[in-house]
Amino acid sequence: MADKQYKLVTCTINGVRRQTMVDVRASLTDMLRNDYQLTSVKKGCEVGECGACNVIIDGECYNSCIYLAVWAEGKNIRTLESLMGPSGELSDIQQAFIDETAVQCGFCTPGFIMSAVEILESGKEYSRDELRKLLSGHLCRCTGYENILNAVEKTMKKRLAMNHEV
Amino acid sequence: MYDMKALYEAESVSEAIQLLQEHPEAQIIAGGSDVLVQMREGKRAGAELVSIYMIDALRGITMEDDGTIRIGSLTSFSHITKDPIIQKYINVLGEAVDMVGGPQIRNIGTIGGNTCNGVTSADSASTLHAWDAIVELTGPEGVRRTPIKDFYIRAGKVDLKPAEIETAILIPKAAYEGYHGHYIKYAMRNAMDIATLGCSVNVKLTENKERIEDARIAYGVAGPVPMRAPHAEEYARGKALTEETIDIFSKSVLEDINPRDSWRASKAFREHISQVLAGRALRESIRLAGGEIHG
Amino acid sequence: MEEKGSVLGKSVKRVDAHDKVCGITKYTDDLCGKSLVARVLHSTIAHGRVLSIDCSEAEKIPGVVKIVTCFDAPKNYFPTAGHPWSTDPAHQDVADRLMLNEHVRLYGDDVAAVVAEDEVAAAQALRAIHVEYEEYPFVLDVQKAMEDGAPQLHEAFPNNILKHTSIRNGNYEEACKEPGLIKVEGWYDTPTVQHCHIENFICYAEMDKGRIVVTASTQIPHIVRRVVGQALGIPWGKVRVIKPYIGGGFGNKQDVLYEPLCAWLCTLVGGRRVKLDCTREETFVCNRVRHAIRGHIISWVRPDGTYAARKLELFSNQGAYASHGHSIAAKGMGAFPQMYPCPNVDADSYTVFTNRPAAGAMRGYGIPQAMFLFESHTDDVAKAIGMSPLEFRQKNLMPVGFTDAFSKNVLYTDSYNQCIDKARVYMDYDRKYKEYAQQEGPIRRGIGLAAFWYNTAVWPISLESSSCRMVLNQDGSVQVQVGETEIGQGADTTFTQMTADTLGIPLENVHVISCQDTDVTPFGTGAYASRQTYVAGFSIHQTALLLKERILDYAHELTRMPTAILDIVDGMIVRKTDLQVQMSLEELAMEALYSLSHSEHLTAESTYQIKSNAYSFGCTIAEVEVDIPACRATLLNVINVHDCGRLINPALAEAQVHGGMSMGIGYGLSEQLLFDEKTGRPLNNNLLDYKLSTFMDHPHLEAEFVENYEPTSVYGTKALGEPPVCSVAPAIRNAILQATGVAVNELPLNPHNLFRRFHEEGLV
Repeated sequence: MADKQYKLVTCTINGVRRQTMVDVRASLTDMLRNDYQLTSVKKGCEVGECGACNVIIDGECYNSCIYLAVWAEGKNIRTLESLMGPSGELSDIQQAFIDETAVQCGFCTPGFIMSAVEILESGKEYSRDELRKLLSGHLCRCTGYENILNAVEKTMKKRLAMNHEV
Repeated sequence: MYDMKALYEAESVSEAIQLLQEHPEAQIIAGGSDVLVQMREGKRAGAELVSIYMIDALRGITMEDDGTIRIGSLTSFSHITKDPIIQKYINVLGEAVDMVGGPQIRNIGTIGGNTCNGVTSADSASTLHAWDAIVELTGPEGVRRTPIKDFYIRAGKVDLKPAEIETAILIPKAAYEGYHGHYIKYAMRNAMDIATLGCSVNVKLTENKERIEDARIAYGVAGPVPMRAPHAEEYARGKALTEETIDIFSKSVLEDINPRDSWRASKAFREHISQVLAGRALRESIRLAGGEIHG
Repeated sequence: MEEKGSVLGKSVKRVDAHDKVCGITKYTDDLCGKSLVARVLHSTIAHGRVLSIDCSEAEKIPGVVKIVTCFDAPKNYFPTAGHPWSTDPAHQDVADRLMLNEHVRLYGDDVAAVVAEDEVAAAQALRAIHVEYEEYPFVLDVQKAMEDGAPQLHEAFPNNILKHTSIRNGNYEEACKEPGLIKVEGWYDTPTVQHCHIENFICYAEMDKGRIVVTASTQIPHIVRRVVGQALGIPWGKVRVIKPYIGGGFGNKQDVLYEPLCAWLCTLVGGRRVKLDCTREETFVCNRVRHAIRGHIISWVRPDGTYAARKLELFSNQGAYASHGHSIAAKGMGAFPQMYPCPNVDADSYTVFTNRPAAGAMRGYGIPQAMFLFESHTDDVAKAIGMSPLEFRQKNLMPVGFTDAFSKNVLYTDSYNQCIDKARVYMDYDRKYKEYAQQEGPIRRGIGLAAFWYNTAVWPISLESSSCRMVLNQDGSVQVQVGETEIGQGADTTFTQMTADTLGIPLENVHVISCQDTDVTPFGTGAYASRQTYVAGFSIHQTALLLKERILDYAHELTRMPTAILDIVDGMIVRKTDLQVQMSLEELAMEALYSLSHSEHLTAESTYQIKSNAYSFGCTIAEVEVDIPACRATLLNVINVHDCGRLINPALAEAQVHGGMSMGIGYGLSEQLLFDEKTGRPLNNNLLDYKLSTFMDHPHLEAEFVENYEPTSVYGTKALGEPPVCSVAPAIRNAILQATGVAVNELPLNPHNLFRRFHEEGLV
């Protein structure tokens, strides 16, 4: 085996500029979990089929399991850990997942919430069918998706109403 | 962690070509949604990779002076779908790639990767075939262009010469002007699936919208590589917009397609569905083109 | 102050939801940290014997720490089913497992294992190991496996029959001779499917002062402790099993999976921490699957719609190892004479080894298969005699007062009709049934009904007991521990509500310790059989009363009031006669702990053995649109209605039903694990090719309830975890039957099976 190959990767993670040497063979999931202890990033299939490892990179959602850690260079990465306020206040979408009973085993939850964040930040209004499509990159075996849809839809409507008032 | 021997990162096309020349065994990785999955399965384990993912010059969609639509090979599916040029002129391509996997896959997956892996089920492939797309390849000898039907050699094998990379997909003006198209993905699920069969049709109607001036139909998974159905296309030219035209057009596809029996679907099933999709995609294309089908 | 008892029946928020939406909940892999990595080498033949294994190349790979093969593994045969142990050898589970196997019985059997510094080295080592096999013929089909001369999997089981049991009620042979009977006969088939919890199975093991500590994603920590002990041949007390939060189980983790192998590997590397993390591909093949069950039913019906005689044969595909074995087919068969009582019934069920993945427990435990068979057949019978499926069911379903002689279960209320009536109203069933009766054209709609039979927990087949511990804190709050486990279903939350209710303290003062640790958690057998609220309810209730008695005894010392007139209400010691607050529980707890005259840590612990069981019934109505040329059925509307007794937490109950319906929709329309007929190789053991329902494959899921307080249950509850999956698939099948007139008797009702059947019937 050839000598291990490393690369210094500088990126912004949850609002903080971070730098670490990564093994070029590492996935972004590996880097976030192992180097930064961001364990909301879950491993469910490691081939991009389940969405449990979903994170936001430069405003778009990616399955971090099939994203090389070295590609994070210069990127702005957000995980579920970034959503709480400075004193641990829950964001509206997190609260909605609680209120709508959209959480069961919780393993798919972080990935789903990050897709919801991308949807909500678009500022657009979507129908339930459109929301289904926008959330379809995640598999869940506990909820039948029903309450997850309710949580995202209600938060979307609440935000739109607030924007409207402003 | 992936079992790769080495990773070489290119930041420009010329650097990519140079790296591929220096490391002739190396495989190209674009978005990685196929390469990394296969590496994990063990198929590409231990390989050297040249990553072209960071070459931002290969991203984006532009209209060239002669009306050719140029899609950079690293443009992601989601960006193709959202692009105003695509939406205005060849919206069906945006719709087709909007059916790939799920949202996250559409953010990482690239049109270049989707064509270079040579897979018959790729959602972009049948539509690109139906639009007479041209593949632009850049290598040590410079730039060359090849029609997409010649680019596919056999299942999993495309006409990519040593140290060459795909740099763009081009849709000539003559191919899209006046045409309207529709793509149907037939899969077992409505998301996160590969096509059991894909069918893309586009038509140009006569000025009075009474007849079909030209029709193109292409399939994914109706054979080892994406393919057109020339018999059906030949039949359709000049035909009136009738149920009979749609019926015979649909049946004619059997003269060209060659699906196989596999655990994913039987040959008989694919042949049956091919006809159903041909009729439905033609019908919808005619509707989009402003035509009306008569009894 | 809220009225006492009001926390039951309220949709309080899940006690674990906050941490889960923040990503701070720790699952097994999050707790593991740095470790060695174990990977298993799986056979690439479906049946045969390992002749030799050459590890010499693999051992040279940098980072490889240890390689063991089937020739090294201890020969302690052990069972894996998550059943309570039986001290009667005749009732023990079949012990047919070794940690690694020379005789390989499925494509993917475990033949060797590697421990390495990292996952890449482990993967490279697996590829470098060379195995030489002697190949045997193999068999995948359950009935072919029973034939004389079929490949034999286990010596002790001739014709591969793990077990055959029968029911003989009345006299079938005589009864079917009655003049004027109509004979309705059908074969029905269900596929191999998998649980697909999003967290794959994972465990890690390390040694601590000569004992092995296994942290595992399991539903059954105390059973894992026992089986690791059995497999390694060490005293059970030498094993400690810790169960953190888990990312779903659905029965797969109600089996001991790789915990014994991981524990053994740990002992071979000096007790260093070893992690064994299954890939998704392994989870499909090398864990457990649902039994594929094929059934043959003959019904002899009178023209008035009553049954004269019925016959059932079930063939349950066990796969390569016994696991839960015949329990599944037996449970399914058990529903047959009960659901539609008939005086003359012959039933036989066979559980048969084949060279497929081992089948174990999966949500519903034989009932989803049985309901597809029975409820599809019910519609076929109704059609044959020209009666509506609804009317036929109303006439024949289990009546109020029915008592099962074996379990002593009684149907106290008219659950079936109440549930069906509620579903009819929601779906506008009667109107749609008429409207869809006569249709032509390529796109047609249909509406289908199916009921289900289920019973709670495992008594009297097996032990049912639950143990609970409660410990009072200085602030008047309590810790609660039970052996019944939180696996995502919300058990911790309902246990919190029960404790708060019985003890009389606010919800926020109840701390259910979610993590089970066999060193400290009271004995309990875990999460299965939809038993959590029913079974743990008894021990929680009993222990809370015990703690309350001790608290009130202490209150008596402090207040000099007789305990008989004291109570705890919302965390206050109250004199019942005038509702005067005597002191807070906090004040009492502080005094009890720190008193210089009488210091006492107020705790309670007790075991309750349950010797009852309860029916839990309900139904599904499904409305479909069938695109005949495209050979596709789309589910437009669906409702499940359940009578699971009193709802402790309606929102959580509804969420449980959604999840079960989703699994039922997948079972009905798309899921199927496929195998190559030529090699036995699994073909689609990944989440792309295995068609688990996505967000875009469901309509709105409507979940409703009929709340009949279950009289045998301390909190009025009964099964809900598994029942929602049971009746969905046959309802969809019956809807397709109504839409097209075509009976599709093989799941899943995907385009391939619809094409085959539509082609046979001349529709395409």
